[in-house]
Amino acid sequence: MILIYLIVILLAGAFLAWITGKQNPVRPRIISLVALSIDLIIIILYVLQSTPSNKDWLIDIKLDWIPAFGISLHLALDGLSLVMLILTFFLGIISVIISWKEINSKVGFFHFNLLLILAGITGVFLSLDLFLFYFFWELMLVPMYFLIGIWGHENRTAASNKFFLYTQASGLLMFISIIALYFIHVHSTGVYTFDYLQLLGTAMPSSTGMMIMLGFLAAFLVKLPVVPLHNWLPDAHTEAPTAGSLILAALLLKTGAYGLLRFIVPLFPSESVVFAPIGMLLGVVGILYGAKLAFAQTDLKRLVAYTSVSHMGFVILGVFSFNELAYQGVVIQMIAHGISTGALFVLVGQLYERIHTRDINKMGGLWEKAPVMGAVGLIFSMASLGLPGLGNFIAELLILIGAFKANVLMSCLASLGLIAATIYSLRIVQKVFLGKANTDWKMNDLTLREKIVSASLVIAIVWLGLFPRPVLNTAKPALLKTLNKQKEITFHDRIITNKINIVKNLLLFSEIEKKD
Amino acid sequence: MSTIIALIPAIPFLSFLILALFGHKLSRKIAGIIGAGSIGLIATLTFIIAVGFFRSLPEIKSYSVNVWEWINAGNLKVDISFSLDALSLVFCFVITFVGFLIHVYSIEFMAKDEGFTRFFAYMNLFIGSMLVLVLADNILLMYLGWEGVGLCSYLLIGFWYKEPGNGYAARKAFIITRIGDTAMIIGIFILFLNFGTVNITELMQHVSEKWVTGSSIAVLTSALLLGGALGKSAQLPLQTWLPDAMAGPSPVSALIHAATMVTAGVYLIARTHVLFSLAPVVQSAIAIIGALTLLIAGFSALAQHDLKRILAYSTISQIGYMFLALGVGAWSAAVFHFMIHAFFKALLFLGAGIVILVLDEEHDIFKMGGLRKKMPVVFYTFLIGSASLSALPLVTAGFYSKDQILWYSFSSQSGSTMLWLAGIIGALLTALYSFRMIFITFYGEAKTEPSFIPGKLMTVPLIILAVLSLFGGFIELPASIGNIHLFSNLVDNTLPVIVTKPGKGNELLFQTLSAIIALSGIYIAYFIYFKKPSLSEPYSRSRINKFFEEGWGFDKLYDTFFVKPVVWLSVIDKNDFFDLWNIGLARLALLFNRVLSRTQNGKMRWYLLSFAIGIAIILTYMLSK
Repeated sequence: MILIYLIVILLAGAFLAWITGKQNPVRPRIISLVALSIDLIIIILYVLQSTPSNKDWLIDIKLDWIPAFGISLHLALDGLSLVMLILTFFLGIISVIISWKEINSKVGFFHFNLLLILAGITGVFLSLDLFLFYFFWELMLVPMYFLIGIWGHENRTAASNKFFLYTQASGLLMFISIIALYFIHVHSTGVYTFDYLQLLGTAMPSSTGMMIMLGFLAAFLVKLPVVPLHNWLPDAHTEAPTAGSLILAALLLKTGAYGLLRFIVPLFPSESVVFAPIGMLLGVVGILYGAKLAFAQTDLKRLVAYTSVSHMGFVILGVFSFNELAYQGVVIQMIAHGISTGALFVLVGQLYERIHTRDINKMGGLWEKAPVMGAVGLIFSMASLGLPGLGNFIAELLILIGAFKANVLMSCLASLGLIAATIYSLRIVQKVFLGKANTDWKMNDLTLREKIVSASLVIAIVWLGLFPRPVLNTAKPALLKTLNKQKEITFHDRIITNKINIVKNLLLFSEIEKKD
Repeated sequence: MSTIIALIPAIPFLSFLILALFGHKLSRKIAGIIGAGSIGLIATLTFIIAVGFFRSLPEIKSYSVNVWEWINAGNLKVDISFSLDALSLVFCFVITFVGFLIHVYSIEFMAKDEGFTRFFAYMNLFIGSMLVLVLADNILLMYLGWEGVGLCSYLLIGFWYKEPGNGYAARKAFIITRIGDTAMIIGIFILFLNFGTVNITELMQHVSEKWVTGSSIAVLTSALLLGGALGKSAQLPLQTWLPDAMAGPSPVSALIHAATMVTAGVYLIARTHVLFSLAPVVQSAIAIIGALTLLIAGFSALAQHDLKRILAYSTISQIGYMFLALGVGAWSAAVFHFMIHAFFKALLFLGAGIVILVLDEEHDIFKMGGLRKKMPVVFYTFLIGSASLSALPLVTAGFYSKDQILWYSFSSQSGSTMLWLAGIIGALLTALYSFRMIFITFYGEAKTEPSFIPGKLMTVPLIILAVLSLFGGFIELPASIGNIHLFSNLVDNTLPVIVTKPGKGNELLFQTLSAIIALSGIYIAYFIYFKKPSLSEPYSRSRINKFFEEGWGFDKLYDTFFVKPVVWLSVIDKNDFFDLWNIGLARLALLFNRVLSRTQNGKMRWYLLSFAIGIAIILTYMLSK
């Protein structure tokens, strides 16, 4: 039941915040904070009292919803979703705190939307019924549209429309795929069900499987996002209020990555192997093209937004490498990117509150006025460029090694992203904090509230960089489960695996294998 | 004993944290004590460990300690664990001891700087990272230290951040070294994926057992690691960042960009020597790169006007010697020259720092002069440093360390006359530029008056380093003179003994030759820069000298082929041309909207006409069927 409570608490909080917000703007803030804290505490208590087990699912709950169509309320938790939930509630709390002063109009409705999005995200990370999954997937969308459209910056309307159209269109493609999968399953077994566990291993011709997978992929790759389907992202991130950008970058994008791991690979094991070379290529293109665009921007928020495109390239590269190292890297990348890019958006928000501009050409020399802010900016720029000791390094290291195993060329090209990241990250530090002050801004350093937010993010990223083991161990069984499923089915598909091996053999490993 | 090893890097990290978090609340005095004291403490610890290490030799050749498990994913298991052997002990000694002297010096040097605690925080972070680099028992932890020192180098080059030029130099250093690092990390991937471990000792074991000499995988892997070494150690073709790195405060140049960090490449190659010896092609490449770098940088050093840039090019050139030694397999000679170089180069940078400070930030040696009488301590120590750098025969440590390299570049198995020739020409250049610096800076008439006289905190470290630059060489004397091998006996516990060619020449003859070269270099410098400056002027004004001064045009080359294209690319595509698709789609929708809304004009005639045309089309279609 614990899983249902998690979602219900957020939904209840959302409505309560809306209702109370009409009289008093402080109440919705407190309600949101309390709701998210309860969720976080529940999940942490669960982690503390649970004993390690070899079960596929740590918690698995299934209630009937619309039995006639085989739709059920099937929620389940494994290591992967557990890690993602902790991230969701942690950053949820952060997003409430940073909006404390920034959001002053329609406070109740703002928090209603905020909690609704978080409830949707929580649902996405827990659903094991495809219909339910789609429901939560859509639940994230509409409130986010409002968040950008109502509390955003100058060009908010265009940005929110773009966001809505991209996500909705790709979501519909996924819905068609879900329905198709449903009927194919009915056709072959006679059982009407949307249940993930039952749909796994549905027999179908590989061309059909490919078509259905592409529908799912459309939704996940747009969300991730992958070049060339990324154009909604810079606009949405730039125009959203700080909390919106934080949730977009840190959590919403991760639902795409989560979808790849949870649905694409297990549901379409052999089809995804066929798609792998394209997937890896898309990853590399994203890494390099995103970095290039980040370097070109003068709007700080847009710059950070493009770095997300680059970092998410690592995720897709890792997913299509199909090995444990890369998958562990993907999980760490989701968390590390969530924290580090989230922190950079928070920083941009703090700057905007003080100097009312996002143009880096008007900044410069701010270290002198706000050294604490400068230090925070420096740490997260370093995280972004993959400095060892911070979480992002572990992620990129594991992904690159894993990718190297799968495809040497792609991994080497992706490694160039480390250099590109250095170039744009140092540009952030230089343009904002160092050099001569281009304008004599009157500004103060971080307040206590802001310091607490930044400090907790800094601690999180350092902790992840030095002690990633708890996360690695928690996610491990879930990832192995995914990979084993994939191996079982593609085992007989020698031709496909051989094709992948060709690249490997050509480049490096031929020599070793000869010797063996 | 073993557990103390972990304290060596831990203490500076701790003091970094204290300074970073509470620095603004501490007085300068206390911040200075914490900053320099922590390094003094670990220097003492290193000394204690060294004593224990010597006592337990030769039974125990290394100590190790495991602190915690860092990464455990798939078959990748990485621990935060340290190990200390003879090679890392030498590096530890230089880092902590020279580091301590430089920290003490910095207390006075930075006394009036507003970023006093920030400076010591960064310096402590640097020492900590550098110690992780040399003590790491696995190659990924080493990479952590490797990148950590890169970060500190970046932070300290750009320490005076208000000057945009400093920021540029800092970024240049970070980015160029990162290019090398990326090659290195790919090399690490290959090592790990082939042997399933990142522990350096195990890796080297596997490498020697499973890879064949000259096999392409050994060549490729060692070449990739070499990439990292070239970047950090500012060797051809990644040397361009180091001269600009002089934008940082002088103690930084002394510690990071002369004594310790820039020799990380030397450490890496020495540490993974097993791998490199399996790739003779790469080893010869190292020797050739070293030889070319030492010459190119030597000519550039001779052309500079900025005191610190002379020293910077000199550093590149001296590391070139170390690479030359590594390339010919003279491992202990390279490490020996590293240590001696750390003494005299730190001394020279600290001396230069005082000169520049008292002359109110004057960097141009031609605007100095006559400082000999006004600052005798600085002058004599600087003179000793320069003499050691020029390898003044018999009395200086530099002579013994450089002489070894020259000798082995000829006599070792992979040595050759060409390599030796490059080394000996470099030696002449070294003597020339060192004493050009001495004569122009300290002799002649004073052009700028010193504003104050340096205090004890600055001069005592100079004196200690000067003593080391003179007598440090006596722990390792060649067979022909003295025949003492304390240093190589120590290092040979870790590194293989140098293999020399049969029927090599007479060592004493070579030594006499290099002694003559060094002396004549000094004499020529005296003659053309002091006695008759008119002799050197035509050359100084020549085009070729200008070319050397600008570092042989490497900056321009990279600017044209790398920087400008990248900038151009980002300028033309700032708005992301993929977005055109969206804009186009939106425009198309608008166009349809306009065209179609025009049909809704409310005129009956127009509607009837449309009907008629429609009916006509449908009828035609049906009838034609």
